[in-house]
Amino acid sequence: MATNPVAANLPLSNQERDIMTRHTLSVLVENKPGVLARVSGLFSRRGFNIESLAVGPTEHPDVSRMTIVVAVEDLPLEQVTKQLNKLVNVLKIVEMDTSVSVQRELMLLKVRADLSVRSQVLETVALFRAKVVDVAPDAVTIEATGTRDKLDALIRMLEPFGIRELVQSGMVALGRGSRSITDRSLRAVDRSA
Amino acid sequence: MTREITGAQSLVHSLEAVGADVVFGIPGGAILPAYDPLFDSTRVRHILVRHEQGAGHAAEGYAQATGRVGVCMATSGPGATNLVTPIADAYMDSVPMVAITGQVASAAIGTDAFQEADICGITLPITKHNFLVQSVDDIPRTIAEAFHLAGTGRPGPVLVDLPKDILQSVTSVLPHEIWPPTLDLPGYRPITRPHNKQVREAAKLISASRRPVLYIGGGVLRARAAAELRTLAEMTGIPVVTTLMARGAFPDSHPQHLGMPGMHGSVAAVTALQKADLLITLGARFDDRVTGRLASFAPKAAVIHADIDPAEIGKNRTADVPIVGDCREVINELIAALVTEPRPELESWWRTLDGWRRTYPLGYDAPPDGALAPQHVIERLGRIAGPETIFAAGVGQHQMWAAQFISYENPYTWLNSGGAGTMGFAVPAAMGAKVGRPDATVWAIDGDGCFQMTNQELATCALEGIPIKVAVINNGSLGMVRQWQTLFYDKRYSNTELGTHPASPRTGVKRVPDFVRLAEALGCVGLRCDSAAEVDATIEKAMAIDDAPVVVDFVVHPDAMVWPMVAAGASNDDIRVARDLAPDFDYSGDAEVNL
Repeated sequence: MATNPVAANLPLSNQERDIMTRHTLSVLVENKPGVLARVSGLFSRRGFNIESLAVGPTEHPDVSRMTIVVAVEDLPLEQVTKQLNKLVNVLKIVEMDTSVSVQRELMLLKVRADLSVRSQVLETVALFRAKVVDVAPDAVTIEATGTRDKLDALIRMLEPFGIRELVQSGMVALGRGSRSITDRSLRAVDRSA
Repeated sequence: MTREITGAQSLVHSLEAVGADVVFGIPGGAILPAYDPLFDSTRVRHILVRHEQGAGHAAEGYAQATGRVGVCMATSGPGATNLVTPIADAYMDSVPMVAITGQVASAAIGTDAFQEADICGITLPITKHNFLVQSVDDIPRTIAEAFHLAGTGRPGPVLVDLPKDILQSVTSVLPHEIWPPTLDLPGYRPITRPHNKQVREAAKLISASRRPVLYIGGGVLRARAAAELRTLAEMTGIPVVTTLMARGAFPDSHPQHLGMPGMHGSVAAVTALQKADLLITLGARFDDRVTGRLASFAPKAAVIHADIDPAEIGKNRTADVPIVGDCREVINELIAALVTEPRPELESWWRTLDGWRRTYPLGYDAPPDGALAPQHVIERLGRIAGPETIFAAGVGQHQMWAAQFISYENPYTWLNSGGAGTMGFAVPAAMGAKVGRPDATVWAIDGDGCFQMTNQELATCALEGIPIKVAVINNGSLGMVRQWQTLFYDKRYSNTELGTHPASPRTGVKRVPDFVRLAEALGCVGLRCDSAAEVDATIEKAMAIDDAPVVVDFVVHPDAMVWPMVAAGASNDDIRVARDLAPDFDYSGDAEVNL
């Protein structure tokens, strides 16, 4: 691929960003104040951009789970993973390979939809197995879940109607099959409690 | 009825229980409750410093000289932020330290209250971990966890922030009854035991190598593995280089020691790494000041890299054999594995190395005008004070000369700020070392710039009975910066003239400050020496005084430079032994080793 010296200084296009490997990390952390700042601070301090970050409680009250998506090459990913592992409140880090995990995002969007186009909007919603969660005379609010690609496609289809507002949850991911990444870490938490 | 104590008492009792015998600190509003029970403690000695930065560096000096966790204490806001520099310093050099700070009352946190600073947020990237204590019952466990984190694994600073109301409220959790408390650190599991297979792999590489070098970093000292290192070096016959952080880990007088590598390392040490076929890296981290331009560092060497911190392995240089573990355990395992392997054949390697050592020994030129050479002062100081003396340096030329021209024979006798490069480290670090090792002679080797940053701790030394000795290598300027101006900025001496020399060309003023009078004002003995003939007698005079701190103003030549030098960002192949003078590696002695 020829390199264009001017283009080299431009921010990455979406397509280029996809060429850099996107990694999804599941990070189990102690549910303590300040943990999110420790984790996010580590990424920014070492020069990594987080594409998305979702955090919430797990089946164990003392443990939270973060799902972090970063676009980064393998070598710096190894370094940031090792640094993350050094954080005292971090219990475990597992990279979620897309082929062996289920990855989903939740999106809410408010689309301009007066009577003249509402049926077309609803048709699109049905095609994507999304659902309408709020209706106003001139707009509908849609809830959709899916992979990044599916949500991007839905956005493209709804854009012509006019998207008034949009919010996304960030990716959450779980490994396929019966194995759990929390089992052993939780035993460690129980032991120390 | 159950007995109750205050949070402040709980803190002091916890410090006693964890074995902290010295705390360096300054009281203030938010930490004030802690100072009341501290007043009564017979087991914790509090040393009242003059600036919190001094408390932090003193804790570092104490920790590095004794191997125990150093403790410093400050109040909220500016007291805590004054600790930031020593905390960052301890983080860079992996020094075990616990910093205890007062915080505004819980209800006031986040309101921009008087003397409020989010010290946990501020120190997030420069501590191994930090705690904001939220319940008085948690104090003993938190203190135990802080000391455990600071002192185990890769050591480092840990901060404990205590809101004033937590110190004032009462608890029935009595530290002495529950000690040791159960630690709640499920995410903290440092790996100390090296992997067997990796060690065997390393032993094979070592045995088969022809140009190996033991590249020794500060991790060997932190693991207290100097004796083990000596055994390993002697059984294999492999040459040793010790980084700035590892000076003293291997005796300088040992025939296998090539000296210090890096920007101001010896030609033999720098070049041995460059030409090596195997680096046995123990507790070192391929710092830029050692590697020069990374891409051209030791280009033909395979790398064995052992460190207790997995994140150091592969960070800068890919390791062919990574070993995660405590250096002492790693070295012991290596020794065991090497017993069954043939000893590497190093005869021609040693002939080459000896050739470099003979041709390019460390040296310096006498100043042209009969002025005092700083290297001479430091060399004589090392010789007269002897190998049991602890030396603490500031940062700059005097630090490099102290690393080069003093022969370190014992571990923990060289304290300096290596990673952070904190000017002003020497005096408070020497103070801390003297408190931790009262029977040892402790010399601070300082520059006239560094000395003016933290010399107020001499008042602490004078009043608390801490008779350290300070050699101010006074060249009248910020010498290392001036050296770079000489070499890279066309001798334009922008803002490096300090006016501490007898006659400052810029100001025309004599000696501001006059270090002898300053020393006297601070309750110390002040001496001055400005000629080579008086050096020995002055040092001996200072050595004879042990009931007060001594400051010697060594007035040295302003133009002396630190050589050898690898310019910043240059390849180690481009080392200069003096200005515009590159070593000639093509001399005939190399013929037998195919480099």
